[in-house]
Amino acid sequence: MIIAEGKPLAEVAGLIKEAKKVLVVGCGGCVTVCLAGGEKETGILAAELRLLRQKEGNPLETVEVTLTRQCDPEYVEMLDKYVTDDVDAIVSLACGVGVQFLAERYNKWVVPAMNTKFAGGTVEHGVWEERCGLCGECILYKTGGICPIIRCSKSILNGPCGGSQGGKCEVNPDTSCAWQLIYDRMQALGKLDLLLEIQPPKDWSKSRDGGPRKVVREDVKIDA
Amino acid sequence: MADFEPKIIAFCCFYCAYSAADLAGSLRLQYPANIRVIEMPCSGKTDIRVLLEAFEEGADGVYVLGCMEGDCHFLKGNFRAKHRVQQAKKILDDIGIGGERLEMYNLSAAMGPRFAEIAREFTDRIRKLGPSPLRTKTTTTPEKTSPGQGANL
Repeated sequence: MIIAEGKPLAEVAGLIKEAKKVLVVGCGGCVTVCLAGGEKETGILAAELRLLRQKEGNPLETVEVTLTRQCDPEYVEMLDKYVTDDVDAIVSLACGVGVQFLAERYNKWVVPAMNTKFAGGTVEHGVWEERCGLCGECILYKTGGICPIIRCSKSILNGPCGGSQGGKCEVNPDTSCAWQLIYDRMQALGKLDLLLEIQPPKDWSKSRDGGPRKVVREDVKIDA
Repeated sequence: MADFEPKIIAFCCFYCAYSAADLAGSLRLQYPANIRVIEMPCSGKTDIRVLLEAFEEGADGVYVLGCMEGDCHFLKGNFRAKHRVQQAKKILDDIGIGGERLEMYNLSAAMGPRFAEIAREFTDRIRKLGPSPLRTKTTTTPEKTSPGQGANL
């Protein structure tokens, strides 16, 4: 999932300081699962903003809505009836995608309440780690299911480098060396010989090299 | 400020503080009438949102009472409450209401006198701090609407 983290309250409050009425919009997708921008967090943020403004003697009216997802137009549409003329700003608790979908649909001041961090997973309740570099061409079958693109600090494809010490990365002693993990895993699987195969250079044109990416699936498009 | 009577909400775990309050009553112990007791099935039910709402609705101070550490009926509820109260204290500091207006205490069902003591101690603290900064700013509570999640839209 996409992992996000709330911006500091003062920052969000600063972004809507001109507003008298805001729509605080949560997302039922990834940010609900990573406990950053779901229905509960939306309620907490709205309460924080109201309290802050009430204390400043400049009360803020809030309307809280949590959409199933903010990255699908059919769910974003459900917000239409709440985006009334008197709404001065929309605060989105979705990842950067949701913020943009709202900004594209409504002629309103849309601000993010989150910092979108990475594509990752839960390693224990309350701890999330980055696992995928979204490079556009998966090579996990070559590396025993461990991604060197994102889990190696240098993203190198022919590691480990000289900074690998005792299985840890020189960048951070808490970070395991991805290439050490890959080697250990390939050894355990009895597939070390695969690491000796000569690999062609990775095709980075499928990553961010060519500008924003797009996936088109003719078979699932509705307007034929 | 002498005539200031703080409004204090005490969220009480059913297994300890709520019974301790009963005991304090049976023992005819005196404690300030500023306390509004709210029963919870466990202090693990503590929700940051509800704590903030208490302040929003006009409380000058809020405290959560849970079982002694290690004695939670549901094993870890009071530790979860402790973490949430700490987080809510940070939020109150950020907002400028002040984290010292929120506290968590641990006690057992047999500690009726301690229940009364906490009530006195916390009321004194809030009395010294004065009314919540929100009280003096506006007389009306700002509007809030929460139509709910996707399914209800």
